[in-house]
Amino acid sequence: MRLRRAGDAALLIETGTPHRLHAAIRGLARPEIVEVVPGARTVLVTARPGTDLGRLGTLVGDLPLPETNEAGGEPLRVPVVYDGEDLDEVASLAGLCREEVVQRHAGGDYVVAYLGFSPGFGYLAGLDETLHVPRRDSPRTAVPAGSVAIAGPYGAIYPSRSPGGWRLLGRTTLTLWDPDRDPPSLLQPGTRVRFVAQAAVGEGDPDLARAR
Amino acid sequence: MIEVLRPGPLATIQDLGRAGYAHLGVPHSGAADRVSLCLANRLAGNPEGAAGLELTFGGAVLRFHAPAWIAVTGAPLPMRPATMNAPCHVPAGAVLEFGVPAAGVRTYIAVRGGIDVPPVLGSRSADLLSGLGPSPLTAGDRLAVGRPTGMISVDVAPGLEPEEEPVLRISPGPRDDWFEALDPLVRGPYEVTAESNRVGVRLTGPALTRRREGELASEGMVTGALQVPPNGLPIIFLADHPTTGGYPVAAVLATADISRAAQLRPGQRVRFRLGARS
Repeated sequence: MRLRRAGDAALLIETGTPHRLHAAIRGLARPEIVEVVPGARTVLVTARPGTDLGRLGTLVGDLPLPETNEAGGEPLRVPVVYDGEDLDEVASLAGLCREEVVQRHAGGDYVVAYLGFSPGFGYLAGLDETLHVPRRDSPRTAVPAGSVAIAGPYGAIYPSRSPGGWRLLGRTTLTLWDPDRDPPSLLQPGTRVRFVAQAAVGEGDPDLARAR
Repeated sequence: MIEVLRPGPLATIQDLGRAGYAHLGVPHSGAADRVSLCLANRLAGNPEGAAGLELTFGGAVLRFHAPAWIAVTGAPLPMRPATMNAPCHVPAGAVLEFGVPAAGVRTYIAVRGGIDVPPVLGSRSADLLSGLGPSPLTAGDRLAVGRPTGMISVDVAPGLEPEEEPVLRISPGPRDDWFEALDPLVRGPYEVTAESNRVGVRLTGPALTRRREGELASEGMVTGALQVPPNGLPIIFLADHPTTGGYPVAAVLATADISRAAQLRPGQRVRFRLGARS
């Protein structure tokens, strides 16, 4: 674990276990701590201006880490219709057929490594290595909410409509992000995720309501 | 009630932002120049975190349908019929016209009682990166004003002093070791480009040279960070910056200087100086 200063009011902590450290620091519920933000290999702790960062560093440096974090229970099951626009391209990049891409994507055990890019956008670690494909050369100006996508070593579900360069494999009807819900994001750092392949259901099909 | 007759180039509702949701990818947002919003609120007898208006390059015209107490701070601009950096009474039916600031970018208008729009995740701020909170103001918008909670107790306050070529204090890191040296950054000067917005101030000037190849694993970003993309030119992150990023941060502005950075205009020159303490 290595501590770096990020200005006069934040510490960036390098760690091999960002989820557990994130959970431990959040668990302190210290009034001087404003934000605790996990990254791929770091946890950023932002404090109120004027906080003694040396003392804060000692405090978080000596923390006992939980075995797992509170989000580590039953995985969130995400139903996916695999009819994404980039499925064929991913299959050809990976040297697989479409069905194998779906099998390998839906067969994975994922964990939300961290969130970013947009509210509720989780970077899902655990993607099958054969599916590690680069982003599109030119991003789409609008990717619909619920799009299930991959890029590099990560999977993701677009929580809201946004521009995006990830490769689209399919779509889900789950609402990933709703600011009126508490918590607003279905995904938290450390949340486990499984994808469940579903047959496409026609628009207006009465089964759709029941399936949800 | 306040009617927006003309918003100017960009006018948004801002308070002090959404704290506590960065781990979910929610930008902090809030007034880009927090110092000026807090001052406007104090002058108007509000708590510092009440929602006010942030004008970008002025230009707004507002009609007050009910009498109000207001205070205007930040980038100094010609306005009538009121003055800056002091509480002003606005009679019912008055139309306030804001000119274009001669220096600075952002002017703040606090109204006694605060602008009353529904909060999203605890804040009334318009976050232009993720689209949370109220949309930027458009002509015809009608803004409700909340109930006053405090008394006006300040007559007049020193306002923003426009700076020709500000020198902003930085502290190195957290990723200064990704660069050969921070000398170019400290030597400067840099010029602010027209692509600057609430996400960040973009600069041209001496480029920083990378010491190492490869990509940084994405990590949390602070407001005031000088993030350096592959072209070597730093971007100063302001209120609507993304919560995580994959380009290394060479240095971070002193917290006390972030509001000054938020007033940098395109074409203006800026320098950096090591040493976060004043």
